[in-house]
Amino acid sequence: MEKTVSAIELRGITKRFGEVVANDGIDLRLNRGEILSLLGENGSGKTTLMNMLSGIYFPDEGQILVNGKPVSIRSPRDAFAHGIGMIHQHYKLVDVFTATENIVLGLEEPGKLDIKSAGAKVRDICQRYGFDIDLAQKIYDMSVSQKQTVEIVKVLYRGAEILILDEPTAVLTPQETDKLFNVLRAMKADGKAIVIITHKLHEVMALSDKVAVLRKGKYIGTVNTVETSPQALTDMMVGRAVTLNIDRPRYERAVERLEVRDLTVLDGEGVKKLNHVSFTALGGEILGVAGIAGSGQKELLEAISGLCPINQGEILYTPEGREPSNLVGKTPMQIKKAGVAMAFVPEDRLGMGLVGSMGMTGNMMLRSWKKGRGVFVNRRDPNELALRVWKELEVVTPGTDFPVRRMSGGNVQKVLVGREIASAPSVLMTAYAVRGLDINTSYTIYNLLTEQKMKGVAVIYVGEDLDVLLELCDRILVLCGGQVSGVVDARTATKDQIGLLMTRLGGKEGA
Amino acid sequence: MNHEKKIPLIRLAKRDGMEGWKVWCIRFGSIVFALLLGALVMALAGASPVTAYGTMISGALGKKSAIRQTVKIAVPLLGCALAIAPCFKMRFWNIGAEGQITAGAIAASYFALFWAGRLPSPVLLVVMGVSGAIAGGVWALIPAFFKARWNTNETLFTLMMNYIVIGVVRWLQGGPWEGRKGSQIIPQFDSAACLPRVLGVHCGWIIVLVLVVFMHVYMNHTKHGYEIAVIGDSVNTARYAGMNVGRVMMRTMFLSGAISGIVGFIVASGANNTLYDGVAGGVGFTSITVAWLSQLNAFAMVAISMLLAVLSKGAETLQTRMAVPTSISDIITGILLFCMLGCEFFINYKLIFRKNSHKEAAKS
Repeated sequence: MEKTVSAIELRGITKRFGEVVANDGIDLRLNRGEILSLLGENGSGKTTLMNMLSGIYFPDEGQILVNGKPVSIRSPRDAFAHGIGMIHQHYKLVDVFTATENIVLGLEEPGKLDIKSAGAKVRDICQRYGFDIDLAQKIYDMSVSQKQTVEIVKVLYRGAEILILDEPTAVLTPQETDKLFNVLRAMKADGKAIVIITHKLHEVMALSDKVAVLRKGKYIGTVNTVETSPQALTDMMVGRAVTLNIDRPRYERAVERLEVRDLTVLDGEGVKKLNHVSFTALGGEILGVAGIAGSGQKELLEAISGLCPINQGEILYTPEGREPSNLVGKTPMQIKKAGVAMAFVPEDRLGMGLVGSMGMTGNMMLRSWKKGRGVFVNRRDPNELALRVWKELEVVTPGTDFPVRRMSGGNVQKVLVGREIASAPSVLMTAYAVRGLDINTSYTIYNLLTEQKMKGVAVIYVGEDLDVLLELCDRILVLCGGQVSGVVDARTATKDQIGLLMTRLGGKEGA
Repeated sequence: MNHEKKIPLIRLAKRDGMEGWKVWCIRFGSIVFALLLGALVMALAGASPVTAYGTMISGALGKKSAIRQTVKIAVPLLGCALAIAPCFKMRFWNIGAEGQITAGAIAASYFALFWAGRLPSPVLLVVMGVSGAIAGGVWALIPAFFKARWNTNETLFTLMMNYIVIGVVRWLQGGPWEGRKGSQIIPQFDSAACLPRVLGVHCGWIIVLVLVVFMHVYMNHTKHGYEIAVIGDSVNTARYAGMNVGRVMMRTMFLSGAISGIVGFIVASGANNTLYDGVAGGVGFTSITVAWLSQLNAFAMVAISMLLAVLSKGAETLQTRMAVPTSISDIITGILLFCMLGCEFFINYKLIFRKNSHKEAAKS
């Protein structure tokens, strides 16, 4: 009875963390030559499940079968031995090594390390799947997408037959994403089994053969991509019907709120992070900021909120019914008091703007701790605010004193964005506000931002997902290597147009 | 089953928080475990563990005079732990309390030696305390300033500062402040410069108990305390909230040094009635243990510093009465500290054994 044997089969996998059941009896099958998308809201247990395949966690219950045989994967080394390789969201590469050196790193082969023959093998892999990469280049010279390529080649070099990619497109431009997808299709044709974790539904539709959906740690089902639609998948993920449209009303009385003129910022090493940036933000519009990660988005927001020193330029701020004033040279506290709020969600989500060990109340206090006379802090008002945010944004937490570090990603972000909105700002800047959030929560945040816009607030939205930028914003400012490479009308622009602006400056290759 | 065999015998898993009473059970259990290990050591050294522990306890708490001695050991430990708590909360690793104590003791001694006849005793003592606080504070401010300005490593910096100030005391002992020529000893303070006794112990214990309440309120209910907590968690967040991180660092270190300086004054004026190079006597380091063991909780520090004082006093008695070498009691103290710090591991992680993976047995 020689049936097709699954490359991977999971039977009743359960994993608990304390009281929390991260995975509850999950079954999953994947054949060779197939791409499976793993879909689910945040905290639905996708990454946990994949971490059990790659040997980072060990399942509490259940069985993993590779090529039809039960196996026990206790460490990443075991995973490799079974031909399973995972490409994590954060790359694990040695910066001062070349691509080849990174690829062969950590392999225990008998005898002397023969980097030359290893290099030949690596080149062979690159040719086979169409990777476009200079193997002698050092990692620190590489773009994000090149680093990702090195990670994938590394996994293939170790003989992986089953590849798992955790949100591989989060940091890529549309063009780079297309390139990655072509490579993945080539690998699929070669008989590899591929699992891809992503939040972007259009990518799921474009790439995968099958989609498996998880919800709150439970396995909901697997569907063939050709037989489903983004709407149907969302309903499966959320468990009820949701509307996937961002409402984008026009605010009629838009006025100039913030004008940035010729802004130049150098970092500690004297490298230009922002290069003569000029633009205006209107009260009553959402101004999107697009760009490859590290093109100066962070510096732009920090410069406006007074957190990083400005070498040149002006930032003119016109509050409702008042004269314009220059924000350059003011302290963060003064700028905040004037009504400029920032909600920056860094990669680790907590690094800036939140205190992980404190509860919601302690974090609400970050905005008000200095208020009032005397040496004692006022905890009552922040606590009321915390209760309000808790209720209005449906934050899931046992209480306002529960440390935010232990809350799930989406809830942490609700706390952060909720606090900034609660301060009734007239300029609201958010960066990566939906980073890693599930669809449902993301839409809550989009609606909150649109609500602010309709109140006449100038919203500046730094985002990663171009589809969202195009749906949510009124105008989009594109940054490339610290310079403004263009400002487009979000209602008429296309993704390709923005993608080109992200990598090119006025026709030239960007930095 | 073949598959079953391959599962590792013991696995670790991070705990997701634990009920308070369980945490305290584990901590208490670790102390019991340490005492049992200590008993083994004593048995190996040829002493009966039961008698030995009995001797230690009676030696530390058996008589009124013994209790006084124990309290005398606990006072500087507690005061100094209170001093470093805000620094550690801020993740500023001040291991220079030893030097800050000494700096405070020098300043207090100056007034004790040269102003004793000129001021009435209460005024003199206040002047000594204040000058001790300022000296300790300034001594602590120096590394904080460098850290705030040039981001120097505070651990090394505060440590090195210790040796400088202890060297200064040695110079004073053999030079300008030497009593009888060639004695290398600074003379005893005038009685006006010695802290009065309350209930048989110098009144330093009242001062540190007041400091316990002060530090609790300061850390938990003031704006300063809030700033310290935020900076300790994330400097970026603090900057974002408009806090001047460098200034908070310097202010906190000044406060920390000032309290250490007061401890220096208490030790010189209350316990030793003079100044010598061993005035801090390792308190600045042991108090780090006190602060950590009590998780920076001011009230818990009272208990922990008493526990360490009992151990130390008990070990002394053990040595004189049972001729057990002091090294044995040092070993017991070491085992105790090791177990108490080590048990935090079992509070943060749990062990999962192979057989009953369904029940996820957790062991302390």
